[in-house]
Amino acid sequence: MGLEEYKGVYVFAQQVDNVINSIAFELIGKGKDLAEALGTQVTAVLVGSNVKNLADELAEYGADKVIVVDDPELKEYRTEPYAHALSSVIEKYKPEIMLVGATAIGRDLGPRVSARIHTGLTADCTQLEIGDFPINPLPGKETKHNQLLMTRPAFGGNTIATIACPDFRPQMATVRPGVMQKRERQAGVKANVEEFNPGFTPDNKYVEILEIVKAVTDTVDIMDAKILVSGGRGVGSAENFKLLEDLAEAIGGTVSCSRAVVDAGWKPKDLQVGQTGKTVRPHVYFAIGISGAIQHIAGMEESDIIVAINKDETAPIFSVADYGVVGDLNKILPVLTEQIKAARAAN
Amino acid sequence: MKIVVCIKQVPDTKGGVKFNPDGTLDRASMMTIMNPDDKAGLEAALRLKDEYGAEVTVLTMGLPKAEEVLREAIAMGADKGVLVTDRVLGGADTWATSQTLAGALRNMEYDLIITGRQAIDGDTAQVGPQISEHLNIPVISYAQNLKVEGDSVIVERQFDDRYHVLKAKMPCLITALAELNEPRYMTPGGIFDAYKAEITVWGRADLKDVEDSNLGLKGSPTQIAKASDKVRKGSGEVVTLDPAEAASYITGKLAEKHVI
Repeated sequence: MGLEEYKGVYVFAQQVDNVINSIAFELIGKGKDLAEALGTQVTAVLVGSNVKNLADELAEYGADKVIVVDDPELKEYRTEPYAHALSSVIEKYKPEIMLVGATAIGRDLGPRVSARIHTGLTADCTQLEIGDFPINPLPGKETKHNQLLMTRPAFGGNTIATIACPDFRPQMATVRPGVMQKRERQAGVKANVEEFNPGFTPDNKYVEILEIVKAVTDTVDIMDAKILVSGGRGVGSAENFKLLEDLAEAIGGTVSCSRAVVDAGWKPKDLQVGQTGKTVRPHVYFAIGISGAIQHIAGMEESDIIVAINKDETAPIFSVADYGVVGDLNKILPVLTEQIKAARAAN
Repeated sequence: MKIVVCIKQVPDTKGGVKFNPDGTLDRASMMTIMNPDDKAGLEAALRLKDEYGAEVTVLTMGLPKAEEVLREAIAMGADKGVLVTDRVLGGADTWATSQTLAGALRNMEYDLIITGRQAIDGDTAQVGPQISEHLNIPVISYAQNLKVEGDSVIVERQFDDRYHVLKAKMPCLITALAELNEPRYMTPGGIFDAYKAEITVWGRADLKDVEDSNLGLKGSPTQIAKASDKVRKGSGEVVTLDPAEAASYITGKLAEKHVI
C-alpha cells in the first residue's frame, strides 16, 4: 500500500433530519489544526437525502471542500447504506485522516467502515495532534513523521492512552462530542461542492425501518449548557429533583443527572452525564448527591468550576470538586436557591 | 434457533476502584466480572431461549482464566461455552479481536450473534460491528429491546433523542445495552451444570479463514504510542458547615468567580 497516496483531512458531517449536528463543526475545527500542521485541507463528507443545501453551512465553519453523497436510500441513518457511502468516498478520494463523531451514529458507522477498508480506528478521542511515531526515537525502529496521535481515556477514565496507526490509511478516529472547539462561523462563505454517488443496491445488510419514535423533550441539550445542576442517587426520588430545578431556574442553569438516576427512571437518558452518557464542560457544574463513580467523573471533570454537595465526606466526587460541601442537600438547596435569587436581584 | 453470545471478562470498576499509593490503578486487588453490556446480551438470549426455544452458546477470547465467565454464563442458563485462547492472539486491538472472533464464529452455527455494546475496560464499542462486517451480516447496535418474528429480528435501536424500530433478516448481529434488561441470577442447578460442563477450548489453528497477519499484536493496525495514568486536577476545598453557612459559602464562591 502506498501510504503517501493518501492526502487530506476528512470529517464525517453527521446530519439528522437534515440538520447538521454540532459535532461536524467541531471536527472541522480540529481538522483545520491538523490540516495546517500537515499543509493540507479539510474536506467534509455530507451523507443523506436532499442535503446538498447544507454544504454552505459546513464551509462557513471552515470546510475547504464538501463531498456530498445524496441518495433517497440515505434519508434515515442505517448502518449499511451509510457505511457503503463513507467507505466508497474513502476508496475514491484516499484521505490520510478520517474523523467521525463518537455519537450513537458514529460509533456504529466508524467500526463498520474501518473493518471494510482494513484500517485502525481509535474510539472516543479527546485529543488529536500530529507528531512522530514512536514519540521518542527507539533504536532499531523507524521513526515516522506526521502521524496522527490520538489520545483517549480508557478504563472508565482512569488511564489515558495515545494511539497511532502508522501502517494503514486513513488514520481513523471517533471523537467525543463537546471536546473540540469549532471555529467562528464566517457567514456567507460558499462551499466548494463535489457530488459523488457510488450507487446503492439493497442487500441482506439493509435493515428495514418499521418506526421512528422521537423522545418528547423540550429541554436544552446539556452539552450546550453553561451551568449544569446535576443530581445523583442521593437526591432520593424523581419528585425531589424539584429542589434542583428550582436552583437551576434561579441561577440560569439546566438540570442533568448521573447514570443511577436514569437507571432508576427518574430522568431521561439524554440528561445523563458520564462515560455512557454525555461529556459536558460547562462553566459551573453542581454535583448534588452524586458520589462520583469514575464513569461519571470522566464526563464532567473538564468543567471550569465544580461544586459538590454530598452527605458522605468520603465520596470520590470531592476529589475533583473545587468547592465541596459535606451536608444534607435537602436542607442546603432551598437556602442556596433563595440566596442566589437575592444576589441576582441585587445586581 | 441458534444464538451465540460474545462475552468478555473485565476488571470490576463499579463500586469503587482501588489505587496504589503512587496513584496508579491497583488491578491486582480488583475483582473480575462478566462485562455488564455482555451480561445483558446473554440475558436477552436466554429470554429468547425461554420463549422460543434456542441453543445458546457463549464465546469468549482471553486468557485461560476467562473460562470463569463462560461457567458463570452456563450457570445462568447458557448451553455451551467456547474459549478462544492462544499466545499468538495476545495484544490484539479491536480489528484483530474481531478477526479472531469472526474466525471462531465461522466454525459455529448461528442465526443470531449478540455482543455487548462495549466493554467497561476499553469502552470502544467496535468489536461487535467489526465482527458483523467480517461475516457480511447486518448489525443493529445499541439494542434496547429485541424480539423474533419468523426469520427476522425486530429491535429497538437507541439514538440520542429517539429510537428506531428496525427489522433485519437473520443471520444478524445485535449489540446490547445494559439497559436492555435485568440479568437473572445463577441458579443452584445451573451452578452444578456449570461445574460439570465441558468448555471447548480453541487455539489459532481452530480459527477459519483468517490470515496470521490479521491476528494478535502484529495484526493490529493501531499501536500504543504512550499510556499513562490520568492526571487529575486534584481536589479543592471541602468544608462541613450547617445548611445556612454551607449555602453562604457556595454563594460567596460563585460571587468571587463572577457567576452570580
